Amino acid sequence: MTKKMITNRVAFLDKKVPLYASILGIAGVLIVWEIICSLHIVSPLFLPAPTAIVTTGWDMLLSGEIVKNLVPSLYRIGVGYLIGSVVGIVVGLLLGFSKWADAIGTPIVYSIYPIPKIALLPLFVLWLGIGELSKVTIISLGVFFPVVINTYSGVKNVDPILIKAAVTFGSNHLNVIRKVILPGSLPMIFAGLKLAAGTSLLLLVAAEMIAAQSGIGSMVLHYGNLMITTKLMVGVLVLSLLGLAFNRFLQWVENRLLPWK
Amino acid sequence: MRIVIDNVGKKFKKSKKEETTALEDINFTIHEKEFVVLVGPSGCGKSTLLNIVGGLLSPSSGSIYFEDMEDEKREPTVSIVFQEIALFPWRTVYQNVIYGLEEKKMSKQDQMEKGNYYIDMVGLSEFKHAYPKQLSGGMKQRVGIGRALAVEPDLLLMDEPFSALDAQTRTLMQEELLTIWNRTQLSTLYVTHNIEEAVYLADRVIVLSRHPGRIKEIIPIDLPKMGRGDAQYRAQFDDYAEQIWQLIRQDAVDALKE
Ligand SMILES: Nc1ncnc2c1ncn2[C@@H]1O[C@H](COP(=O)(O)OP(=O)(O)O)[C@@H](O)[C@H]1O
Ligand SMILES: [Mg+2]
Repeated sequence: MTKKMITNRVAFLDKKVPLYASILGIAGVLIVWEIICSLHIVSPLFLPAPTAIVTTGWDMLLSGEIVKNLVPSLYRIGVGYLIGSVVGIVVGLLLGFSKWADAIGTPIVYSIYPIPKIALLPLFVLWLGIGELSKVTIISLGVFFPVVINTYSGVKNVDPILIKAAVTFGSNHLNVIRKVILPGSLPMIFAGLKLAAGTSLLLLVAAEMIAAQSGIGSMVLHYGNLMITTKLMVGVLVLSLLGLAFNRFLQWVENRLLPWK
Repeated sequence: MRIVIDNVGKKFKKSKKEETTALEDINFTIHEKEFVVLVGPSGCGKSTLLNIVGGLLSPSSGSIYFEDMEDEKREPTVSIVFQEIALFPWRTVYQNVIYGLEEKKMSKQDQMEKGNYYIDMVGLSEFKHAYPKQLSGGMKQRVGIGRALAVEPDLLLMDEPFSALDAQTRTLMQEELLTIWNRTQLSTLYVTHNIEEAVYLADRVIVLSRHPGRIKEIIPIDLPKMGRGDAQYRAQFDDYAEQIWQLIRQDAVDALKE
């Protein structure tokens, strides 16, 4: 008599991959990059070695160059992001609640939304001057749209049965908004805020490249023009760290505000 | 005190011209401390009627009112246990249960006393600070019941509260509901399509027909409120169930064809 064993044929679906795999991936890329550079396969003018970028970065940090450029960048993105997201949330809630605001405002929002915001920068420079105001405005505008649209659909997606429950247990309109619609749309609002973080970084760099004397974006462009690639790469590294930190921060706030998710 | 459902009818617009009559000529009274069960095949208008009584839908004709309230100045309170459970996911068990108390502007101290009392009644003291997503279906609906009881309503409405639960949990929850009801003695309107559930819980069963939803018959259940599942009442229990089934059967068959 022969045995025919039955085995789990979908075992591949829940196969576990050890944690070191992802670290190995990044380390691998860095090592190969370093080797290519040390073998002089590519000129350091085009591709500086990771170690060179880090040491140059350290020097620039000590000399104060990074801080000098980072501070105005942080100011622009901070103010722009704050204004854009606050206005976006308020307008989004308004469009979501009020049938009138919805009918009037939503078509306007959706028709301006597809414009690539950076195309408006020359216009803002014309209107608001070359200073901080035009850069902050463009960032606010870029942040405003993903936030307003997500907030709006968040409000629309709040389960009507929850509103019925709130009214049944005695809530007036204001409390329905405060206790049901706002917390109910918060997950969507956060999705919009995260989306907007990427947009704001993009607009920051673009605006600083077009019209600024300081800032990480202008620093990157400056060293690009001088063909000092290592310092250019330091700028890129700073930007990616900024993006990473921004995302982490939003995630942290979200975890605090949405423990029920 | 009693709640009068007076000649209630409801028409829904199907399209621009067409209308469907969901309810027609609905007349009955829920007396103080009475447990009335509405039973009927799906689509006969049970939820529609319950929503109208709960003030979440306007009737096309007729009206609902409270009569002979002890305190004439007070507005009557109605609370609902929803079929969809409808807990606020961002609120813990405790915060869900005291929702109505908050809205009544009750003091924090009273909220806590009432909240704890009713959380204990539905057997969730251990899960006071859990969020709904951490609870099983049966536990969630207990929170729903706790929230509805906490406001100590003049009328309790329940729309197929256990229909989302598995059969075993459902049986246990029915028993538990009876125990709780015995302690609170609230006037209750309970909706179900489950005939056994209706006979098990009701003082009176109102059988609805469909298209349009009308009252087919009102059947008082003449059995002791507790222990109807016991063997000694088996025969009578089955007779009631059979009687209701015969009233509903044709409508249920028709409902299948839609
Ligand atoms: N909002 C609505 N608009 C149109 N028709 C509805 C609406 N709600 C319910 N109906 C119709 O009214 C009838 C009764 O529905 P419902 O009260 O949900 O039945 P039940 O709860 O008994 O299953 C059904 O035919 C349903 O299609
Ligand atoms: Mg229903």
